[in-house]
Amino acid sequence: MVMDPRETKEEEVALSDLSQERPEAVEQEETPAKQGGTLGMSVENLSAFYGSFKAVTDVNIDIRPHTITALIGPSGCGKSTFIRCLNRMHEVIPEAYAKGCIKLGDQDIYAKNTDPVSIRRRIGMVFQKPNPFSKSIYENVAWGARINGYRDDMDELVERSLRRAALWDEVKDKLKKSGFDLSGGQQQRLVIARTLAVEPEVILMDEPASALDPVSTQKIEDTMAELKKRYTVVIVTHNMQQAARISDYTGFFYIENMGDPGRLWEFDETNKMFSAPERSETEDYVTGRFG
Amino acid sequence: MATEHGTRNPQQDRSEQGGLFKTSTSGRHALDWLFLILVFVATMIGLVVLAVLLVDIAVDGVPHLSWKFITSFPSVIPENSGIYPALLGSLWLVALTALISVPLGIGAAVYLEEYAADTWLTRFIEVNISNLAGVPSIIYGLLGLGIFVNLLPSVTSGESILSGALTLSLLILPIIIIATREALRTIPNAVREGGYALGATRWEVIRSHLLPMALPGALTGTILALSRAIGEAAPLIVVGAATYITFAPTGPLSNYSALPIQIFSWISQPQPGFQTAAAAGVVALMIVLLLTNSVAVMLRNKYQKRV
Repeated sequence: MVMDPRETKEEEVALSDLSQERPEAVEQEETPAKQGGTLGMSVENLSAFYGSFKAVTDVNIDIRPHTITALIGPSGCGKSTFIRCLNRMHEVIPEAYAKGCIKLGDQDIYAKNTDPVSIRRRIGMVFQKPNPFSKSIYENVAWGARINGYRDDMDELVERSLRRAALWDEVKDKLKKSGFDLSGGQQQRLVIARTLAVEPEVILMDEPASALDPVSTQKIEDTMAELKKRYTVVIVTHNMQQAARISDYTGFFYIENMGDPGRLWEFDETNKMFSAPERSETEDYVTGRFG
Repeated sequence: MATEHGTRNPQQDRSEQGGLFKTSTSGRHALDWLFLILVFVATMIGLVVLAVLLVDIAVDGVPHLSWKFITSFPSVIPENSGIYPALLGSLWLVALTALISVPLGIGAAVYLEEYAADTWLTRFIEVNISNLAGVPSIIYGLLGLGIFVNLLPSVTSGESILSGALTLSLLILPIIIIATREALRTIPNAVREGGYALGATRWEVIRSHLLPMALPGALTGTILALSRAIGEAAPLIVVGAATYITFAPTGPLSNYSALPIQIFSWISQPQPGFQTAAAAGVVALMIVLLLTNSVAVMLRNKYQKRV
């Protein structure tokens, strides 16, 4: 998807409408990326609980801006729990809470005076099973922006978001149709589009393609490669080949014994994780000795 | 049993191989048919009784239903008796009861389902709401008498339509709450998560997604609840609805009667003319019921079709 400078200029206007903290995007001729336009995240000693059960313990990780970080590991090791802590969705579950420090850029998102609602606009999430709203395709994309106070041209925002999610061409003639009228892969891209419509800094994806067919999976992966030019992406995936294909950094989650909390066993550049990991459990997992 | 080599009876073969199972299924199919017939008869009994009742009433009542009947006041002369004040009273009651109980019921259900934490107190409230749905309506009448008529006459003017409507609202509130809660429960959590993940507050998710999705179920419950309210006589009599009234209600604070009460009052009279009037009253009551239900069904369809 090639963006022309004219479209970048329109973004700048919309961006400053939505968020005061965001630094002004510098126009670039070569790449469409916003210079300094998105933030990374840093996690310190994060533990996550469901009531009295500790699901994740002591995670320390640095997520760099404009990268795709993949989180892999066997089932039940806390990857989904961890990623949901990153945008404070974990605490939506009754009796669930997290301890530790997570920063978006320089801002502690768990600080007492931080509003989780505003955090969740800035850190978006795509779930495993596509969950479009039972509204029209247009409304699906527009709703999030509208409740967050978007005042500018909504038609333009909807089109831009759908283009960035690689869905515009397929739905441009049926924007009034229900979100459920689409195939699974299209629904997931619709969810991505509505996440993009609120201009997040970071996009979290919890196994976004695991419920989809290979063709849709390919389209989603292509979209992700484009997305990292504008945003920071963190993805949980069970598909190791996918992690190896698309990510820059990989984190491996692991539990030693049943009932233990999951921990981040190893974290490194993807090439290194898949060719020469340091810990034997990581190597066993990426070579498929257990799954 | 053929045991010579070369003469094998396939029928016996099968029962020898699967010796534990009976080959013939005709007995089982017969039982299947018998059960089908039994449940069909059970359904038919209910339907036929209902049909006979309705036809009987219609035959007696519909000829008597006339403009004169609808616009006349009750009288000691059967031919001149009409349902005008009772009809207006019932319409006032239904409208007021709906206005009071539907927002309260849906609001309570939203609170219990979406906001309240799962504490012993919440569970206690939930159990008791189900119990309240089964309390006899006369008890609500007594409650209404105590609170709305005797304790709050300054607000309700004592034995007024408002007291009656408030009493009926209490009566049907549990039904609306339960139906709305069930409707909210069927909405998958993925919808809520999708909303929160976009940086929405709980109210925004409820208002934009959950309430529209729950409205068909909530309205079904409301239909059932209002149907019950229209047909109530005993609690209304306790809170002061008149059994004989000669003026039409003037507003929510006025004295009143209601269709079921008027019908009951006529049936208690010996003259056959009043029996006919009662039958016509029942038909009128059914029509009011149908009209109220139609409004709710239309609303429900509107929300079900909406994308």
